[in-house]
Amino acid sequence: MTKVMQIDEKNVNFLKKVEELSGEKITLCEQCGICTTSCPMVDEMDFTPAGIMRAVQIGDETIIESKAIWVCASCFSCTVRCPRGIDLSKVTEALRQLTLRKNVDHIDLKEVKKEKLPAIAVVSALRKFTG
Amino acid sequence: MKIKKFPYYPGCTLKQTAKNFEKSAMGTANYLGIELKELPRWNCCGAVFSLTSDDVMHQVAAIRNLIRVQEMNDSGMLDNEYHLVVLCSMCFNVLKRANIFVTKDAETLFKINEFMDEEPDYEGTVEITHFLEILRDFMGFEKIKEKVVQSLYGLKVSAYYGCTLLRPREIGIDDPEAPTIMEELIASLGATPIDNHYKSLCCGSYHTVGKDKDIVARRTYKIIEGARENGADIIITSCPLCAFNLDNRQKLSKKIYPDFQYMPVLYFTQLMALAFGKEEEAGFEGNYIDPYPVLEKRDLIHNLKVR
Repeated sequence: MTKVMQIDEKNVNFLKKVEELSGEKITLCEQCGICTTSCPMVDEMDFTPAGIMRAVQIGDETIIESKAIWVCASCFSCTVRCPRGIDLSKVTEALRQLTLRKNVDHIDLKEVKKEKLPAIAVVSALRKFTG
Repeated sequence: MKIKKFPYYPGCTLKQTAKNFEKSAMGTANYLGIELKELPRWNCCGAVFSLTSDDVMHQVAAIRNLIRVQEMNDSGMLDNEYHLVVLCSMCFNVLKRANIFVTKDAETLFKINEFMDEEPDYEGTVEITHFLEILRDFMGFEKIKEKVVQSLYGLKVSAYYGCTLLRPREIGIDDPEAPTIMEELIASLGATPIDNHYKSLCCGSYHTVGKDKDIVARRTYKIIEGARENGADIIITSCPLCAFNLDNRQKLSKKIYPDFQYMPVLYFTQLMALAFGKEEEAGFEGNYIDPYPVLEKRDLIHNLKVR
């Protein structure tokens, strides 16, 4: 049976918001999937990178609740390979920022074990996981 | 020999878990006739480049460091040298991208200069250069070969590039898909470069903090096994976070994959220190997995004064 999805104004606004925040033209994505095959983290994700792009294209806001956008560590593997020239790392950053800018953190500092970590590990984790 | 002076940005981690990186880099640079002059009053660059289009605020920290380079030149500490040398791959990435971000249009540059009104204006003249680029483009690997006093012949070394040295393409120091700069360095020191299919696979980066460390341990396993399958003795890298993940997290990899065998992970400058007969400046005491058994096996540490 064919599934029909109605795309309303709310969906369009979500797409526009992510496009503005990331500076990327998300509708350019043609779902070739090279980002997914290039992603070193895909086996840890609940959505593939191409799946994230499709969700944003159709304005599915629930994608900001996915695990995948937080697993992405901005390694830019997809960025250098996208045949449409889209920087997907900017898209996942924009999706994370939609939560972080509401002052909601993704890391509980109480859970961080006391061990000697490199300063850049701590700084980058806090930059990526706190608002 | 004429000494060439460059401004140098260490970054936080080179003063902390990666002291051995800085120590070995300073020793080898001096030996090659390069003086790395540390920026006065430098500050943390932010470790990761802010990727949202509207975020100028997070570029401030990085750009403040570039103003220090201007000041060093203005005060005569440097002789018209605007190539800022960076060792840490992550700092290199952040400083280089921030530099492009604020200088790409006059409006952004104006905005950031207005915001930092207590500082002199940033003029956009600084060029961010990784130490590996200095070795390739300023020295040349042929010259480095001539400087070797203890050839590393027989040692099989696999380069691990990680992400931030190569990607995105516009800031990378080499081809993001098929880099060779570290292999050329390895060969110039007399050692055998060993290819690894996973040499630029992300190690998991900051997931090493918090509850998702296993993400890192699984990638560490994959990267090290990739090098071992091709016959490598050791791995070299230029990123203090990759080094921590590949070196210290091997313990966790072993827990997940009991068949896993440890492999030493060095900074490329430590390998250079060894080849230049400056073992005492290699700082091997800072490495988690002891590299001595491998070096002994290859008969490379008979000159070692400290152990």
